[in-house]
Formats: sequence, structure tokens, C-alpha cells
Amino acid sequence: MMSIKDIVNNAHSRWMDSDGPESDIVVSSRVRVARNLTGIPFPHMLDTEKAKEVINAVRLALDNEQVKNIAGEPELINLDELSPVDRQILVDKHLISPDMLNNFQNKAVIMWQDGTISIMINEEDHLRIQCFLSGLQLTEAWEIIDQVDNGLEQTLDFAFSEKLGYLTSCPTNVGTGIRASVMLHLPGLKLTKQLGGVLGATGKLGLTVRGLYGEGTEAVGDLFQISNQITLGQSEEEIIDNLISVSRQIMSQEQAARRALYKNRREVIEDRVFRAYGILKHARILSSEEAMRLFSDLRLGLGLKAVTGIRFKLLNELMVKIRPAFMVKIAGKEMSTYERDTFRAGLIRKEFEA
Amino acid sequence: MVCESCGQRPATIHFTEIINGHKQESHLCEICAGELQPQGLKFAPQLSLHHFLAGLLNHELGEGSYRVPAEAGRKCAKCGIMEEQFVKQGLLGCGDCYPYFEERLQPLLRRIHGNTRHTGKVPARTGGRARLVKEIEDLKSKLKTAVEHEEFELAVKYRDRIRELEGNLLEEEGEA
Ligand SMILES: [Zn+2]
Ligand SMILES: [Zn+2]
Repeated sequence: MMSIKDIVNNAHSRWMDSDGPESDIVVSSRVRVARNLTGIPFPHMLDTEKAKEVINAVRLALDNEQVKNIAGEPELINLDELSPVDRQILVDKHLISPDMLNNFQNKAVIMWQDGTISIMINEEDHLRIQCFLSGLQLTEAWEIIDQVDNGLEQTLDFAFSEKLGYLTSCPTNVGTGIRASVMLHLPGLKLTKQLGGVLGATGKLGLTVRGLYGEGTEAVGDLFQISNQITLGQSEEEIIDNLISVSRQIMSQEQAARRALYKNRREVIEDRVFRAYGILKHARILSSEEAMRLFSDLRLGLGLKAVTGIRFKLLNELMVKIRPAFMVKIAGKEMSTYERDTFRAGLIRKEFEA
Repeated sequence: MVCESCGQRPATIHFTEIINGHKQESHLCEICAGELQPQGLKFAPQLSLHHFLAGLLNHELGEGSYRVPAEAGRKCAKCGIMEEQFVKQGLLGCGDCYPYFEERLQPLLRRIHGNTRHTGKVPARTGGRARLVKEIEDLKSKLKTAVEHEEFELAVKYRDRIRELEGNLLEEEGEA
């Protein structure tokens, strides 16, 4: 069994295995729900003592057959017990929110397995239950969350109103409290200059488009997160089905763009892919921006089967490994930007030689 | 919220950009967002919904037909959050804030979600009457399908269960 210590020491997460459906374009699926305990003010209104009560109430609720049957043995850790680097790694692995980096007092996280299922405690809401799966598996992720939620509910009384549903700290989450998202890799749409149009249309359908990470002005490897904006007035299943059908629509446009590019500009695409491969294999200095761009090119090559012998899994793990926090972890020391860029190149070289 | 670029169409795309350590939020309509160079679309991990929301609430405080000024000193009887504080940060203080600030929240919820009524999951313990209502609705649709497929034994089962649940509902309403 993986502990939270293992999770911050290892770049790998289960979803990175890329064994889910459509994982050449849909990198991952994530579903989270917001829940609050009835009769207790929302986290931003709580003093330390009350916040600890919330953590303890959730801790007790974990000792439940139904929860254990779904998820196994959980581990709970208070965020103030983790180093700043470890907290940053949890952010890079999408297991806690960036808000919790500096604002970590009286907050905790629970993880099952290798972080496939997790709960943030005392973030914006008392509980944020999350499930992360590889490829397009939103329905599967929701089913897991639904059952964990049912299990917790045998012990916890959740704040709920007949009219407004689950009550949340922010009115943008009220109702189902659900936020479902997919991470899509869309280099084809970008190269064919269709990205703005497709993402614009997506925004019109009540969905939000965001990037993966936005460190400084760095590019983000053509990765986009699409999530539902509406949580009230639609059932969880309707929200998920809507996101799935929009994702499928974007996927088919991305596939068409990739096919057209490969058919009409084969040398150009192959040149791009193999240049990326060559640089990643041999470069001595790499910024994270350049690395992410090259990963994107290589990922495109893998999808088109223009290049073989590399696995999506390696690229997924590298996205976490080359982040500053994880490199500090491996190197065991803080580094300057220059040192980081050389360290990063070395790290990638080693992975590609292996 | 109106698009920052054209100032005309509603903003449906929201993102945060960090340039030289400075956070910059953009709210654009799909057309203006479409005109952005793809390379120019750099997103930060968290969309700052609170600021967006606070903007909406403040907007309502301004001119226009939504004008509902924050009442000075008005606060939630349960958690004590002041209306001004809620308007400023976009976060409610507790579950009881919802009925308490209902008037102000209704137009906001309609604008965010296009809806003001929950139709999703209902918890077993705190769901109360809503859970029964939802279960009855689900059974009614199952009953309809069963009748359509001429599965009458099944239909009778559903019908009896619906009657039983409707009885429970009446009892609960009697108690309430
Ligand atoms: Zn515009
Ligand atoms: Zn309140």
C-alpha cells in the first residue's frame, strides 16, 4: 500500500498509466464533489478548535465498511505536518489545491491507494471528495465518488436544502456540488489554428476551459482542462453526460485535425516529432516551458504512431518530475534557475536512455 | 459579466494569466477569446471564481435594475457573517446564510446556473422529504417504461411502492 510519504516521493499516480479509453487525447478524468457538515460554519469562518472538530468528524466517518469496500484503507495527514516542498508536489499532482499551499493551517488531506481517491478537508468546503482516472472515465469516477459519499454519509450529516441541494461555501458550487473535468491534449487543433474556435464554442455550452499549470508565462504543452460550470438544476448524470459528449466532439475534431496534418504535411509533422525526441534525448539545458512543448510534440507523435518505443506513462510522470518542487526533492537542495534547467535536462536524458 | 475586450457580449471564458509574477484575470466572450493567438492562452491553475463572483454582486449594487444595496449591519443570525463581507469575498458563512440572504442570492444563482432548483442527488440522512420525492419520481418513470414494455407484474410492483412512498410523504408532511 502506498502512503502519503510514498505519494510525495514518487511522481507516479495511477491515472498516469494511460490505460483508460481514449487516453491518446484525454489524458485524465477528474470528478470532485463539495460537501459541508450541517450546523457548522464553512471553513473560512472557523477557528482552530472548530476546524479540528471537522477533521476529527471526517476521520471517524472513514471507519465505515462501505467506504473501506470502495476505497480500501485511507491515510489522513494534516497539511502542517508536510514540508512546503511536499505540499507543492501534492499541488503538482492535483491532490490539493494551490490555495492550500500558503493557507495550510487546520487543513488536512485523506488519500486512498496512490491518490486515485482523495478528500481535502477544510479547503473552501469542509469536504472536497475527488477521484482521478486515466482517459475518458468520468462516469466511472462519479460512480466511485457517489459510493464514497454514501459511505461517509452514514456517519456525517451533510448540509442540504430541498430546494438548493448541497450547500456550499461558494454559490457557484451549490446544488450537486460537483465539478467534473477532463484534461485534453489538443496539438492538432492548435497547429491547424482551430483552438480558439473550438474552445470558444465550449465556453458557450456552460463549460469552462483552463490550462493545466500556469507557472509564470510558461506554455502548458497544449493541455486544456474542460469542466462544468453549472452545478444547480442539472443532475450529476446530466452534468457528466454533457461533459462527455462535448469531450467526444472535441476529440473527433482533434482526431480529424491530426489525420489531416499527417496526411498533407507528413514530413513536417515527423520532423517536429523527431526533433522533439532528439532534443529530449540529448539536450543539456531545458526550461520547463521547452520541455512541456517537446513533450507535446512527442505525445502527438505517439498518438499518430509516427514514433514508437515510448509510453504515454513516461511523459505523464515527467510532467510532475520536471516541476521545480519534485526536482528539489530528488536533488535534495534548492537550485537556481540555471541549475534547475541543467538538472531537468539530465533527468529527462536518463529517462529516455533507460 | 460583460466581455472585457468588446464590452458587449457576455463573458463565457475566464482565465488567469501570470505575467512576471503579476496575476491578471481576463473575462472574454467566445468571439474575442477565439481571436486570441493560441500561444497567448496561458492559464493559471485556479480560476478565481470568488473575484468573479464578487464582481457580479458588486455589479448588482451599481446601476441597473438589479440594484439591491447591501444593508449595513445586516448579518446571518447563525454564523454572523455580514452582508458586506459576503458581497466582498463571494463566500457565504454557513448553510443558514442561504435562506437568510435568499433575496440577494436568487438572481445571482439564476445568472450563474440558469436555475434555482436542485434536481440531483439527495442524501439519505439529511435529504428528508426531498429524497422521497426523488425516489417517487424515479419509480414513476420506471413504471412508465414497464407499462410501455408490457411488463405488468413489474409495473404493479412499482405502483404499490409508489403508493407506499406517497403515504410516507403525507405522514412526513403531517408531522412537519
Ligand atoms: Zn468580446
Ligand atoms: Zn451564515
